[in-house]
Amino acid sequence: MFMLNHIWIILLLPILGAAINGLFGGRFSKAGVNSVAVGSVALAFAAVCELAREFWYLPQNAIPWVQSYYTWMTAGDLTDHPFRINFALQVDQLSVIMLLTVSCVGLLIHIYSVGYMGHEGGYYRFFSYMNLFMFFMLTLVLGANLAVLFVGWEGVGLCSYLLIGFWFRKKSAADAGKKAFITTRLGDLFFMVGILLAFWTFGSLTYSTMFQKAAVMQPDTMTHAGVFTWIAVLLFIGAIGKSAQLPLYVWLPDAMEGPTPVSALIHAATMVTAGVYMVARMNPVYSRAPIAMYLVAVVGTITALFAATIAITQTDIKKVLAYSTISQLGYMFLGCGVGAYAAGIFHLMTHAFFKGLLFLAAGSVIHALGGEQDMTKMGGLRKKIPITYWTMLIATLAIAGFPGFAGFFSKDEILGAAKSGPHASLWLWAVGVAAAGLTSFYMFRLIFLTFFGKPRFDEHHVHVHESPAKMTVPLIILAFLSIFGGWVAAPELAGGIDYFDRFLQPVFTQYAPTHVVSEVSGPSSVGAGMQLLLAVVGIPVILAVVGLLVAWWFYIKNPRVPHGLARKLHGVYVLLLNKYFVDEIYLALFIRPLLWISRKVLWQIVDSGVIDGAVNGTATAARGSGSVVRELQSGNTRSYASWVVVGAVGFTMLLLAFIGMAVR
Amino acid sequence: MHGQASYLLTVITFLPLFSVAALLVLRSDDHVWIRRIAFVASLGEFAVSLLLLRGFDYTDPGFQYQEFYNWIGPSIHYHLGVDGISLFLVLLTTFLTPLAILCSWKSIEHNVKGFFVSLLVIETAMIGVFVSLDLFLFFVFWELTLIPMYFLIGIWGHERRIYAAVKFILYTMFGSILMLVAIIWLYHLSGTFDLPVIENILANSAPLSSTKELLLFGAFFLAFAIKVPLFPLHTWLPDAHTDAPTAGSVILAGVMLKLGTYGILRFCLPLFPFASHKLAPLIGVLAIIGIVYGALVATVQHDLKRLVAYTSVSHLGFVVLGIFAFNTVAIQGAIYQMLNHGVSTGALFLVVGMLYDRRHTHEISEFGGLATPMPVLMSLFLFIALSSLALPPLNGFIGEFLILIGTFASHHVWAGWAASGAVLSAIYLLWAYQRVALGEVTVDKNRSLPDASGRERFILGTLAVAILFMGIASPYFTRPMEPATNALLQQMADQLQRPQNALKRPAVPAAVAPHAVVLPAAMTERRSRP
Repeated sequence: MFMLNHIWIILLLPILGAAINGLFGGRFSKAGVNSVAVGSVALAFAAVCELAREFWYLPQNAIPWVQSYYTWMTAGDLTDHPFRINFALQVDQLSVIMLLTVSCVGLLIHIYSVGYMGHEGGYYRFFSYMNLFMFFMLTLVLGANLAVLFVGWEGVGLCSYLLIGFWFRKKSAADAGKKAFITTRLGDLFFMVGILLAFWTFGSLTYSTMFQKAAVMQPDTMTHAGVFTWIAVLLFIGAIGKSAQLPLYVWLPDAMEGPTPVSALIHAATMVTAGVYMVARMNPVYSRAPIAMYLVAVVGTITALFAATIAITQTDIKKVLAYSTISQLGYMFLGCGVGAYAAGIFHLMTHAFFKGLLFLAAGSVIHALGGEQDMTKMGGLRKKIPITYWTMLIATLAIAGFPGFAGFFSKDEILGAAKSGPHASLWLWAVGVAAAGLTSFYMFRLIFLTFFGKPRFDEHHVHVHESPAKMTVPLIILAFLSIFGGWVAAPELAGGIDYFDRFLQPVFTQYAPTHVVSEVSGPSSVGAGMQLLLAVVGIPVILAVVGLLVAWWFYIKNPRVPHGLARKLHGVYVLLLNKYFVDEIYLALFIRPLLWISRKVLWQIVDSGVIDGAVNGTATAARGSGSVVRELQSGNTRSYASWVVVGAVGFTMLLLAFIGMAVR
Repeated sequence: MHGQASYLLTVITFLPLFSVAALLVLRSDDHVWIRRIAFVASLGEFAVSLLLLRGFDYTDPGFQYQEFYNWIGPSIHYHLGVDGISLFLVLLTTFLTPLAILCSWKSIEHNVKGFFVSLLVIETAMIGVFVSLDLFLFFVFWELTLIPMYFLIGIWGHERRIYAAVKFILYTMFGSILMLVAIIWLYHLSGTFDLPVIENILANSAPLSSTKELLLFGAFFLAFAIKVPLFPLHTWLPDAHTDAPTAGSVILAGVMLKLGTYGILRFCLPLFPFASHKLAPLIGVLAIIGIVYGALVATVQHDLKRLVAYTSVSHLGFVVLGIFAFNTVAIQGAIYQMLNHGVSTGALFLVVGMLYDRRHTHEISEFGGLATPMPVLMSLFLFIALSSLALPPLNGFIGEFLILIGTFASHHVWAGWAASGAVLSAIYLLWAYQRVALGEVTVDKNRSLPDASGRERFILGTLAVAILFMGIASPYFTRPMEPATNALLQQMADQLQRPQNALKRPAVPAAVAPHAVVLPAAMTERRSRP
């Protein structure tokens, strides 16, 4: 019970690492910085494992396990709610899964970074930010109320800003960091209002209190359904920003300016999934807001397809993965939106493994080619960097959803729920499946362009080399997880139990509306053997194979086809290549007008023109009336100043004397 | 009041004036000792002011450490006292003054004695404003803050210092005169200048006519609103800040703007509750316009100091909004935000001043890539900017969050608009930060700029610690505020509910329903003389 009684240790370790490296890292050797940074995360991971072990033996009635440390904010009363927010941490099944995922992937990426960032300046700064990120991410998943969650939520945004702009001398990197922070903050504005509304509705921000109140509120009355919908939608807009969904996804592709380990950790495996975690965490509210649920599913589905179409045409290896991440996050929201929260979280976990791996492997490729990120300048790397190739291939098979790999199980669950779950809708399923086919296509396109064919780089100048063990060992571990990480759900296909789902269910059923519970636990009508067959040769799998074959046809067998196709469908190609011109549209529609209005109208016309004009006009009129003043003006500034002061003092004295006399 | 007489407030208020006397004895070219004595004196002042915390009763809603003597005639008194509302504002003043003195260590080279004398006189005046419980005394201190500030801007300021100083003094004097008229009027109505007595009289006699109350409220409010500054009375602020010396800006933004919001809390609300409620919708809208407008205009500034000045318009809009939400959480948030703004914006001005010391310009385009030559200073700059853009768990977040939670309870839409300030603040601060600190060094002169000196690290480090502490340990500050805030609202609610008003007065909004927390005994004590 030690860890359960001292959850704070998990948070203390990374923040200590960040503080030590941030304040004194400049004086340490590289080995010193490494041991502080990796050591603190390793210890945190060990602590999380111990916590999970202890949690395993915890009786269900002791869950959620909440530890409250101190009153963080307190102020008077608000109508009938005393306003008090504690710094409190909570452990339940959902947070255990998140903790394990975050700390495990986080540790691997930290180890990888030791190799990857070895040649970079500002080494200690990088690791200080990374540890700080771990602190905020763990705070986010451990928080027992929305306020603590918000600390983590904003904190990871800050670290994202710092790490995207790590190479701050590069303008594009600094721009990207700022764009990421501001775009997500736009979502956070609504998130904040959602928190305000939640407090106003429930009188508390503590999960258990909120959910208990939600459970006893009558969901069928219009007002309450309305409030739930509003809270859910507002919070979801925050998630749209953080998890890069339509229409606020624009920051994530730019975020690839950051070092690759950062892309792997923050912009693939952990931070961007915070929105999905939040929706799953707030499931008692979402389950009572069907409209909001539908919105979540629709936004997720459309984003999944939309981002996948862009990924097809991108040539920057990291950009492809970025759009892929946006697309996969869409799947997670689709899962949550159709009520299959556990499936959404399952995909979150497997995605953390295989997308983390994809980014790290891409980093290894970039490393091998001395910084090249353009896939049209790669090719033929299969034999030269075999570990990278094999691990990346495994991750690709996983993300494309080939049977037996982790992504297969999680994607299958989501699409299954979209087709036959409690909030199923055929078109959601159809779009999701189409996106799955595209996923397979663009991922194999990436593999073929990178590892197959003839080298398209200058072999005399680029010395291709496999990465050191510090980088390949994390790749291999993540490859294992990308295969076996999904197997906890495997028995279900043979008619058995989905252990992942069963483990998480208490979180999603405890406060669920009654009608949802019965539907979730309803027995499956399809026989076990049939189910297995359907899943393995199901439409998504077929489409994944088709995607693979088309990619093979396009990029190995007949490499001229893509060019011809691009020429024939020139309009579509340009549209996709330029990412539907969304950035340009935002710039023209929002940013430029806002700046123009601020500068021309507000500042120059209202401020300097109207208001100051009135003020100065009055002053000039007053000045014009006295010739003495005009004379004073020509004098030197000091005497002018003194005169005004003399006047002011004299005037005040007179007034005071006047009152004094009046009072006597 | 706890029975025995205390002289602590008098000591705190006038200690800086004593140090002024010490400074005057020194030769005016003895710069080293002038600086040393001024700094040590202000540090001593801070230490003495901390004694306030020791004896302060956190459960008492009334005024503590009261001092009461006849001064001029029967109706002007020397009446001092602090309650939970003013306590930390006094401490903020004594905390920021040593830092303001320290930051002027090198940058002020001519007329050094006059400069530090002015700073210390301002300190006395500002503390006096916060602790005065007599309207006449209050007004004397209020006016006393203006003159030395005028000198600070006009003598030690930058290019357009005269224009800025005159604008500053004309704007504020205009408000002062109105307030003076209102004070005299109140005297004629009540026969005294003593604030608690006036409150008592207004509460227990026939209510003022609606017009009369609106006029009185308007006169006070206008004076305070100019000081805050509330949109559209804010245009003196960017000019004053841009041309003030660093210490002047720190004091101006850090404390002096709060004289306005403090005045609203101390006078406008308890004395004129009907007018406050009647005009609250208008004032709330102006506050929101200020939040958005200040932020938007800040975004497009090319002068860094002017940019920071406009952020004050935005942040102080939050404070005013919180006050006029009329509930404990929002008002405590407003008071807390006054402290936060003092620390964070004061710190921002200090950073701008440190850049000015090096380059003698505020033009953002003259900077760029400064993180390379001076990583420490730029890191501290970023930390401070983050607190200013309300990143949790730093101090700015707590203040804004309390204000938003409280405001939301009375006006959903207001809170929504105000929350947009959070996005806008991220835009202007991060953009400014990028243009100053990130990228390649664009101006050759900047390549060899020295990083933060020990003195500068000490100044900003102290503020950074305060920023973090206030973000993590907010109850330490908000708990002592709570009884006084409750009492204030209770007092307003009592007046609003007086039966004779029921017919001709507007209905009481739900948000000001009486808070049953405050004991009636505490109320009588609050109003009684010691």
